[in-house]
Amino acid sequence: MASTQIGSGTSQHIGRIITRAIVTLVMVATLNFILFRIIPGDPASLLLGGARSSVTAEQMVAQQQNWGLDRPLFPDQVVDYLWATLHGDLGFSFKFRGRQVTDLILERLPATIALVGVAQLIAIAVGVMLGLYAGWRRGRAVDHIATGASLALYSTPSFWLGMILIVIFSTTLGWLPGYGAYSPGATIGSLGWLPDYLRHLALPVTAVALGLIGQYVVVARAAMSEVVTEDYMVTARAKGLTNGQMLMRHAFRNAMLPVVTLITLNLGYVVAGAITVEAVFAWPGIGGLTVEALNARDYPVLQGIFLLLGASIVVANLLADVAYGLLDPRVR
Amino acid sequence: MTNSFQNKAPLLEVDRLSVDYGLKGNSLRAIDGVSFVLRAGEAVALVGESGSGKTTTAMAIAGLLSPNARVSEGVVRYRGERLPIDDDAAMRPHRWSETSVVFQGAMNALNPVHRIVKQIAEPCMLKLGMSRAEATARAKELLELVGIPADRGAAYPHELSGGMRQRVMIAMALACRPSIIIGDEPTTALDVITQAQILKLLGELRSQLNLALILITHDLSVVAECCDRVMIMYSGRIVEDGTVAEIFADPKHPYTKLLIDSIPNPANGKKMIRPIPGDPPNLVNRPSGCAFHPRCPSAMAVCTTEVPSLDKFGQGRVACHLHQSLQNKVTVHA
Repeated sequence: MASTQIGSGTSQHIGRIITRAIVTLVMVATLNFILFRIIPGDPASLLLGGARSSVTAEQMVAQQQNWGLDRPLFPDQVVDYLWATLHGDLGFSFKFRGRQVTDLILERLPATIALVGVAQLIAIAVGVMLGLYAGWRRGRAVDHIATGASLALYSTPSFWLGMILIVIFSTTLGWLPGYGAYSPGATIGSLGWLPDYLRHLALPVTAVALGLIGQYVVVARAAMSEVVTEDYMVTARAKGLTNGQMLMRHAFRNAMLPVVTLITLNLGYVVAGAITVEAVFAWPGIGGLTVEALNARDYPVLQGIFLLLGASIVVANLLADVAYGLLDPRVR
Repeated sequence: MTNSFQNKAPLLEVDRLSVDYGLKGNSLRAIDGVSFVLRAGEAVALVGESGSGKTTTAMAIAGLLSPNARVSEGVVRYRGERLPIDDDAAMRPHRWSETSVVFQGAMNALNPVHRIVKQIAEPCMLKLGMSRAEATARAKELLELVGIPADRGAAYPHELSGGMRQRVMIAMALACRPSIIIGDEPTTALDVITQAQILKLLGELRSQLNLALILITHDLSVVAECCDRVMIMYSGRIVEDGTVAEIFADPKHPYTKLLIDSIPNPANGKKMIRPIPGDPPNLVNRPSGCAFHPRCPSAMAVCTTEVPSLDKFGQGRVACHLHQSLQNKVTVHA
């Protein structure tokens, strides 16, 4: 009987979280719409090349009617926008004329997911373990070294790390490529494509991962060093547990609570978390697309990227809430 | 009233035990030459204010001193054998199997992410080598024993009241059938009614399972309910040791007298409490002689220079120059 109560509590908890996420998503989309309507500049004139002088008033009106820009913002345009967004239609790019924003984003997404995803996996494996260990052995040499190095890495901008990596490993030593994702002439799927891609991936992944490792070590260490001072750890010691049993049975799960939250929140940045690093390495991902769209005042593309970023952060928050609820019975 | 435990063989002997804490190069003597004997099934209270050394004494006996503590003198013997109280790994087999601790369960002594039945079953599996099913069955029996329905075992600590958590803590302490239970202020965070229930439970379990109990408290009034003997500690030393009846009816040490006077007792028409004047002693710079002399209403010249020894006096022991001079006169004239 007790277990069914707990079970329904959990599903109620998850239901609440999902409802909240959906409401937030609609608000994000609406704000995104408003944001790009209050930016100065008339989309119709931008579509016509922005050269207002050579466009006649009739052409302008025709253009506005064509795109429905003459209709009121509320409710017509907002409803249209939300309806189209719901169907995956994010409009057309100004810069890449006539191309669907959705297609542009989907094209660039895999490169970013590969870069930030691999960097996250490495950083989680290295950073969390190192941080938990440093916290468990707090005050010892291992802790001082790990904490010092992590604070330095955490506070270093990753694009600067990227430039240093290029100078050392690409320009000076010539070991790894420091530009782009493929060697000239490489075609996707051909023999030798994957090793080539991985070689290009190495430096940007390192730049992103080093900063993340710093973040994970700092958070995991803080969590663990707090857990070891808790009363229930004294209870565990009094029960005659060995240090290993105390760590694995009592400390680990409690210390992982803030770490799991950080990991899931960081998932939100996998789609757009490395704009500056991508720019430094000319990596053909979402970050690169953002910079290109900014330079060309390509509002529809920017709008699409903002929506994607907002949505992934909302989803990541949702996952963090669910994960936390599963790990910590107190929040159910 | 004589102490009915005096003829039994000692279970635990604490012999001139001193513990120092290292503090940034400085060291602080938390307990100074503490000696006493605990017999099987006996319930002893360690009473004193914060910093009197009662918790350090108990943690030393359980081998749970913090890493910055050092046993500088003395030994603890369990069933005649010396306990390696300053060796964490060597103490492990003793812990929970022989001596277990009831912490303030109402606070954070239970792990918040595990179900209580799992936390009670854990030592049964690790120390008694039971299977998971056997350990769970035993954990449920223990829950029933402390008055919690077995199906509440699936609850997490935060789902229980403070009194229930304290019961869980007691059930956990009984898991490996120890001979000694140390209650570290087990009722401090509880309301008066729950406090009385927990003390009653401890008392019942003690006689039922023939447990020796060391109850640490700063509250002299909880002692009478479930203890045979009281040891009063002041500034790291035992100043008086006697049966509950003796201590309450005829306290010898001036500090004990003041402690008893500070308990409100409306039945005697004494509605106001009388606080003890002065401040608790500084442990880094302990007063010379008897540490209580700056606050003592009967202090004499000798009290400022000589530490009084804890000598037999009547049924118990007392460390006070007042009584030493009396007793010396008695022996001289005899």
